[in-house]
Amino acid sequence: MSINRRHFLQGLAAGAASLGAGAVMGPAVARPAKELVPGAVGILYDATQCIGCKACEVACKAANNLPPVENPALDHVYGVEGVWDAPDDLNSRTMNKIKAYPGFDSIDASRADAVLAEPTPDRVKPQDMSFVKRGCMHCVDPDCVSACPVSALTKNPDTGAVQYNPDACIGCRYCQLACPFNIPKFEYDKTFPKIVKCELCSERIAEGGIPACCDACPTGASLFGRVEDLRAEGHRRLAAAPGSSLTYPIHALDSGDNKVATVPEYVQHMYGETETGGTQTLLLADVPFRKLGLPKLGDASRARLSETIQHTLYGGMVMPTLLLGGLIYAVYNNSREERLDGDEASEEPTAEAKASQADVKCEEGRRS
Amino acid sequence: MKERYSPVGGRLLTPQFYFLGVLLAIGAYFIIKRFIFGIGAVSDLSDGFPWGIWITYDVVTGTAIACGGYAMAILVYVFNRGQFHPMIRAALLTSVFGYTLAGASIIVDVGRWWQLYNVFLPWYMNLNSVMLEVALCVTLYTLVLWIELSPAILEAMHANRWLRRLRHVMFIVAGLGLLLPTMHQSSLGSLLIIAGDKVHPLWQTNIIPLLFLLTAITMGYAMVVFESLYASVNLNRPLETALLSKVSAVIPWLLIGYMALRFGDLLLSDKIGYLFRSGIEPYLFAIEMLLLLYAIVKLLDKDERVRPTVLFRAALAVLIGGSLYRFNAFLIAFDPGPGWHYFPAVGEMMITIGIVAFEIMAYLFFVKKTPVLLASPSERAAAGGARRPADQGAKGLNAIARGAGAHPPALPT
Repeated sequence: MSINRRHFLQGLAAGAASLGAGAVMGPAVARPAKELVPGAVGILYDATQCIGCKACEVACKAANNLPPVENPALDHVYGVEGVWDAPDDLNSRTMNKIKAYPGFDSIDASRADAVLAEPTPDRVKPQDMSFVKRGCMHCVDPDCVSACPVSALTKNPDTGAVQYNPDACIGCRYCQLACPFNIPKFEYDKTFPKIVKCELCSERIAEGGIPACCDACPTGASLFGRVEDLRAEGHRRLAAAPGSSLTYPIHALDSGDNKVATVPEYVQHMYGETETGGTQTLLLADVPFRKLGLPKLGDASRARLSETIQHTLYGGMVMPTLLLGGLIYAVYNNSREERLDGDEASEEPTAEAKASQADVKCEEGRRS
Repeated sequence: MKERYSPVGGRLLTPQFYFLGVLLAIGAYFIIKRFIFGIGAVSDLSDGFPWGIWITYDVVTGTAIACGGYAMAILVYVFNRGQFHPMIRAALLTSVFGYTLAGASIIVDVGRWWQLYNVFLPWYMNLNSVMLEVALCVTLYTLVLWIELSPAILEAMHANRWLRRLRHVMFIVAGLGLLLPTMHQSSLGSLLIIAGDKVHPLWQTNIIPLLFLLTAITMGYAMVVFESLYASVNLNRPLETALLSKVSAVIPWLLIGYMALRFGDLLLSDKIGYLFRSGIEPYLFAIEMLLLLYAIVKLLDKDERVRPTVLFRAALAVLIGGSLYRFNAFLIAFDPGPGWHYFPAVGEMMITIGIVAFEIMAYLFFVKKTPVLLASPSERAAAGGARRPADQGAKGLNAIARGAGAHPPALPT
């Protein structure tokens, strides 16, 4: 018996070790990277074409029924409430945000507007100034979709847009922790809150339209199209000689609206082509992307790593089931005495009760 | 195996108990406020720091501290060390409350709490989500813990038939009680893998599930030692130093294994350089390591670990060290990007404090009114010989347990 147990314990130790080893040595088979769905659509944002008019912000709020973000300071100064929509970043009322990089590092983002309005000091290099459009990147392999326990965030099978289903959402906010771009926003100020994020105007696309931001953009800085085509368009711009003239489509690749502009000195990288496994929102700029607040990310999504580790340990629940079998067997063996002891013990009360009953009878007998 | 448990008895409504009640009332006020006005009304949580102390302390640290039942069950049932069996029940009690209240704080923390049951609906489940695994495991384990503790309650109620039935399926429940914490205590660490660079490189690693599991088990043993010593001193019971010293002998080896893995991983993944960079993180890492090192040095020494003060301090060092590891990974060394800051708001802290106060109140109620703690030698003698006087501490469940006098005091399961 004890020898069996020893053998068993060795097996158990081996099992536990393999459980650990799965995590340590990495999985035998990594989860393959997700591919772009055939009909994937997205947005190419060219910061060099953006004039910072924020028409896309206004259109986004109108299309998504989002309330303005109050600015108490402005309200106070002008004595009118709720007129100013003045979010300083994406938030639970803002899915799309144009931000300005003033051209030097030392100014924090919250002061950017003020700095831009000031007369330019000598040390500022205005040519480094750039706008940037922030919103959901619609990753090809989204971390938020992998993280959500209740499938409230899903990829649209046709367009690849990352969509939100409030009926499923439990509000755990793991998507916020998971997203490398800090995109999903949560209504902390509401009794019955939701997650708020850009869904690429999926309803408008379903009706044959294009996202409101691209529709509103007068310069073609936000350009809608099939992701494959947008990537080609991006490379066409990167390949063009700086200073030469180039035709830029406006609103959508196939809209027929065009303009001719001078090619700027692009940073030779299309942000979102490889980042975190690729994104359906792509960016071009003539300022390093890091300065525009876009994080430096690897080519594989964290979701891929996380899922690989989890599925190595839990794939088909094989390891947990084996471990459970071993554990139950161990407990059964090692608690045998306990069970028997318990049975004897539970007999005791009845025996004693009988004895006491007998005592009572004896006493009664004596009395009579 | 003939151990006997008995209620400690004594007055429940002490001044300390009332003080805890006040803390609970303050916490309750903020909980009500949170449910009426939203999470933002009581907390400093933001889109950059979506998880604050409710998750980091109540859930991630709280359940690790509550691993006493799990850790003791490993010793008793996997390594067949029956001598520690008498300590399981007290360990289970702290585990039950740790987990139950972690569950309660999840309801407070989660935004759309009325839809929490979606986690159990197959058509909503996302099998790729680490969070799903944690949610299901923690829920199931909380249930398992209550079943494991139920003999103490059933004994107090004298439901002998239920006790007997339970005894014959308990090995399956105990098996689950060993598997589930292994799964979710490691997954609590895995939650952070997807957060990538937001977690400081000194804490972000692919072996984070293993590190979380190891520290959780170690903290479980430390909590058993800490809880036993603290309860003995404050409830005027004899110290169980001999057993505690044996339990604590396991701790240094677990910690040595943990440190070897931690440093080995830093070396292999070329992250050791982060220890010598500026910023607060290397210091936080050093404090973690020093606390654990203190416990290793003290508990490896046979002559030291028989001294209750040494045991107490070393156990406390392990608990603080393990908690700091979790706080660092989830909050302090967590950086979602420029501009984001987090420090718990008053309401947020008061909810956590209120929940902890409730935990201690419930613990006091159970040890005083139900047979959870091991009967002291005098009581054991009393139980073996003459029946105890019915008026001694006879209140509530005690009265039910003893008043009738038809049964002997608590029996082991």
